[in-house]
Amino acid sequence: MELICPAGTPAAFREALDAGADAVYCGFRDETNARNFPGLNFSRDELRQSIALAHGRNVQTFIALNTFMRAGDEALWYRAADDAVEMGADALILADFGLMAYVAERYPEQRLHVSVQASASNPDAIRFLVEAFGVKRVVLPRVLTVQDIARLTRQIDCEVEVFAFGGLCVMAEGRCSLSSYATGKSPNMSGVCSPASHVRYREEGGTLVSELGAYTINRFGPGEASGYPTLCKGRFDVGGTEGYAFEDPVSLDVIDEIDALRAAGVSALKIEGRQRGKAYVAEVVSSLKRALDAGPAERAKLVSRLRVMSEGQRTTSGAYDKRWR
Amino acid sequence: MPKLPPLLAKPVEFLPLWLVERAARGIFSGVLKAHPGLFERLGDYRQTCYCFSPSDLSLHFRVVPAAQTLSVSRGEPPPADARIEGPLALLLGLLEGRCDADALFFSRDLSVIGDMEAMLALRNALDDSAIDLPRELGALAGPFSPLVTGAARHIRTHMLAERQATWN
Repeated sequence: MELICPAGTPAAFREALDAGADAVYCGFRDETNARNFPGLNFSRDELRQSIALAHGRNVQTFIALNTFMRAGDEALWYRAADDAVEMGADALILADFGLMAYVAERYPEQRLHVSVQASASNPDAIRFLVEAFGVKRVVLPRVLTVQDIARLTRQIDCEVEVFAFGGLCVMAEGRCSLSSYATGKSPNMSGVCSPASHVRYREEGGTLVSELGAYTINRFGPGEASGYPTLCKGRFDVGGTEGYAFEDPVSLDVIDEIDALRAAGVSALKIEGRQRGKAYVAEVVSSLKRALDAGPAERAKLVSRLRVMSEGQRTTSGAYDKRWR
Repeated sequence: MPKLPPLLAKPVEFLPLWLVERAARGIFSGVLKAHPGLFERLGDYRQTCYCFSPSDLSLHFRVVPAAQTLSVSRGEPPPADARIEGPLALLLGLLEGRCDADALFFSRDLSVIGDMEAMLALRNALDDSAIDLPRELGALAGPFSPLVTGAARHIRTHMLAERQATWN
């Protein structure tokens, strides 16, 4: 299985290459990708140089253009697609059907991957995208079990990529409106979930209070590991009981499931984290690279140290190993 | 959590502010000169007033990148648009991109308040700049450059190794 690694800056890109990435995914410095954070991402020149560097080492570069085009401003996304193709991107990761149609018509030889943001999670949806736009790979949302994935891969004529480590989105991706509800901005349209412009932190006698827009997301007691200020991982008072209504502050780790995912027909494992620093990229990519080559007994040890770098300093296998409770 | 050894932290408490400020300004201007890409990635946030407060020193460093100004104070933190607080070793580790800011935030080793967009922009700009503080320090030391660079590298290795040990 290929290891698909994140890069938010050229420095992180180089770290991913050094650590053994099979492919690096990244985006332009604008709202055409779902990690449109201040100071993050690549200028045209930076991306061109990074692709050349990667090709020199036989590593692929995937460019994420995975937000949905805003009516009237389609030119921004079309231009990004034109530039990405011209630069020699090995694949474009797209979510918007209109943009898929544009690239498929203009650049029929360009390899297309379906972004997780398209939320394509059943055989009918994926078959439609294969037939209509010739997509070669689909990145599945993090809401399926390993058994679901195995059933799906048998019914589609398309490679499957799944998230293996990093930030855990538990929603129907590309459809989630929680961030929009609280801030007016979303990963789907603006490229930002819980945008930093709406985030505030304050200390109250050792307690860390995180706020998003007008909402208090969490209160972390002294010494308690913290998480991102997203509504889906907020601690709320529901029916008189305080707790996590959707999901705890926790990151995804399905390294224990590598063999099952391989048997399920998965072609590539993706590491989330374009917004993370180069130190994180180096550490996670090298650990997962070694884990892929290691036996089951060694894997847990190899990745256990990554837990402290994770949200809430905890990891979960999420929906991949969903059980009744 | 790595802390500055008392042997180094104690004398800093008694150093006159002008001396600390002079050394910090030398490093600051050296970093800006050597890494022009940092400004470009910071974008509009180069106008932001940032405050760095090492929790193991009684000092605050207030910086405005666009104006290339740096001031040092003791006591209460000075007003700033965005402020970050944590052990000096980790703040320097962030400056060099050797530590991951999100991980340090999750572990509560760092705290941040104020304008989070500005803080993210700075974090990302620094992370992309291959800043090597021992080399910057050495450049200020004239004929003692190799000695200062070597000593600074030794201290850095020691302090970050302490952090690594807590990971394993």
